[in-house]
Amino acid sequence: MNIVVCVKYVPDATADQKFESDNTVDRVAVPGLLSELDEYAVEQSLQLKEKSDDPESVSVTALTVGPEQAVDAIRKALQMGADKGVHVVDDAVAGSDAPATSKVLAAAIQKLAQEGQSVDVVICGMASTDGAMSVVPAMLAERLDLPQVTLGSVVESQGNQFRIKRDGDTATEVVGATAPLVLSVTDQSGEARYPSFKGIMAAKKKPLETMSLSDVGVDASEVGLDAAWTAVEATEARPPRTAGEIVTDEDGSGATALVGFLASKKFI
Amino acid sequence: MSEILVLVDHADGAVKKPTYELLTIAKRLGEPSAVFIGGADKADAAVEAVKKYGAEKVYVVDDSEIKGYLVAPKAEALQQIAGQASPAAILISSSAEGKEIAGRLAIKLESGLITDAVDVQEGPVTTQSVFAGNFTVQAKVTKGTPIITVKPNAATPEESAGAGTVENVSVTVSDSAKKAQIVASQPRESSGRPELTEAAIVVSGGRGTGGNFEPIENFADSLGAAVGASRAAVDSGWKPHAFQIGQTGKTVSPQLYVAAGISGAIQHRAGMQTSKTIIAVNKDEEAPIFELVDFGVVGDLHTVLPAATEQVIQRKG
Repeated sequence: MNIVVCVKYVPDATADQKFESDNTVDRVAVPGLLSELDEYAVEQSLQLKEKSDDPESVSVTALTVGPEQAVDAIRKALQMGADKGVHVVDDAVAGSDAPATSKVLAAAIQKLAQEGQSVDVVICGMASTDGAMSVVPAMLAERLDLPQVTLGSVVESQGNQFRIKRDGDTATEVVGATAPLVLSVTDQSGEARYPSFKGIMAAKKKPLETMSLSDVGVDASEVGLDAAWTAVEATEARPPRTAGEIVTDEDGSGATALVGFLASKKFI
Repeated sequence: MSEILVLVDHADGAVKKPTYELLTIAKRLGEPSAVFIGGADKADAAVEAVKKYGAEKVYVVDDSEIKGYLVAPKAEALQQIAGQASPAAILISSSAEGKEIAGRLAIKLESGLITDAVDVQEGPVTTQSVFAGNFTVQAKVTKGTPIITVKPNAATPEESAGAGTVENVSVTVSDSAKKAQIVASQPRESSGRPELTEAAIVVSGGRGTGGNFEPIENFADSLGAAVGASRAAVDSGWKPHAFQIGQTGKTVSPQLYVAAGISGAIQHRAGMQTSKTIIAVNKDEEAPIFELVDFGVVGDLHTVLPAATEQVIQRKG
């Protein structure tokens, strides 16, 4: 079984994220890392491998699309235990929107499949921690014409049969499909492992392939900022909140002050 | 005037409030047309409901053939209706499913997609709140039919009588859209409280509750508020994930947000930072949540909230 786990290199959410002058996310000046939510996808791909009857026959490939530094996201996945990495890197990709990103990912997955390794499972995180649109897994399923089994908080498999638990707003559902398929998992699916020292050392020797757009068969004119199907017209930093009033509770004074505040704002 | 398609968000025929918000926005952009995908026996009630908020036309899709499958058939249904109506925009609720339907539809129609809009004005030009609420972004779709998913509370629903002309649509769903099957479904039990993302007031508890949510729930009930939880509280198993507010849970933007026993990590801030008024109760005066608040109490939520609850009830008489 071949598993492809899609990972994204994102600006650190705890750093000061900002925009470039062309209104794209600054992916260079702000320190980046593997999107935390993709760690859950890597974890589930490794668990699928470990739980399989013959783990040696299962291969986990970490795939990313992004600038040079995005290779760090793949390295992290390799350190966690993925077997190999594929990095689609091309200057033309910068500024791509979700439809273009999903196009490049889908093309890379098809390319891997053509190279003689069928792709049985594509696993994604529930969302990126930067754009946070949460649509790429659905778009991938659409583009690859594969069953979409997304937002799983629990993943179970038996042979090529997969089932997830999906916690919706109005119901909790069990969704099932037969591989090949596209899976996405939430942050409820199980803590992601930390790379061990052994894993970090082993990662250095794992194969890491770099592909350009032409390698995966996507025309440069179809991706990037100019080809995006949406345009950001303006970005504005939210003004900082003005400091509020803070009181310290002593013998019930806190509750009285709190209720006084609620009344002054007409909440009661 | 061009049609604006609004996908009706409903629970077994009961139309949800965000649908009325979408119809109100649709009226700014063109002629609102609702798309109801659901049980044929529920359609009449749904049509009556959306008519009151300006739906001139209602496309009704009987879902008996497709309701057992995840997302894909709904995207195909919308694609077929869009092909017939040539709408100027398509509006969908920013729920998990709504965004997935929108994502697939964008690829099908080769059209630009904007998710999580907090406002939509003529153009359509959207406003989004990004990077944990630290930036606002104005954007528009430049290709195809604008597909926009809109967050709850993006507009105040305005009643306005529409013709509500029903058009029954029989959609053909491909076999490949029926590959992800919903094997079982357990409806969520109603708490009787307002829905988290739609509530005007939200009271949330975190690690500081120590697992006892009673003070949170009682205070919420005295204010008619929804109850939320931080990731720490959810990870501890004190509340189901549906209560989680933050980056990987729900984003709320109520008139009033009360954070009790929540430190205010970036993960949580991402889900509540755009609330109009913020109150925190926390034992730790150094908790980062106090940087955001309009009013804060340094104190134990287990004594402060019950006392406050009693006073609120008294004042309300």
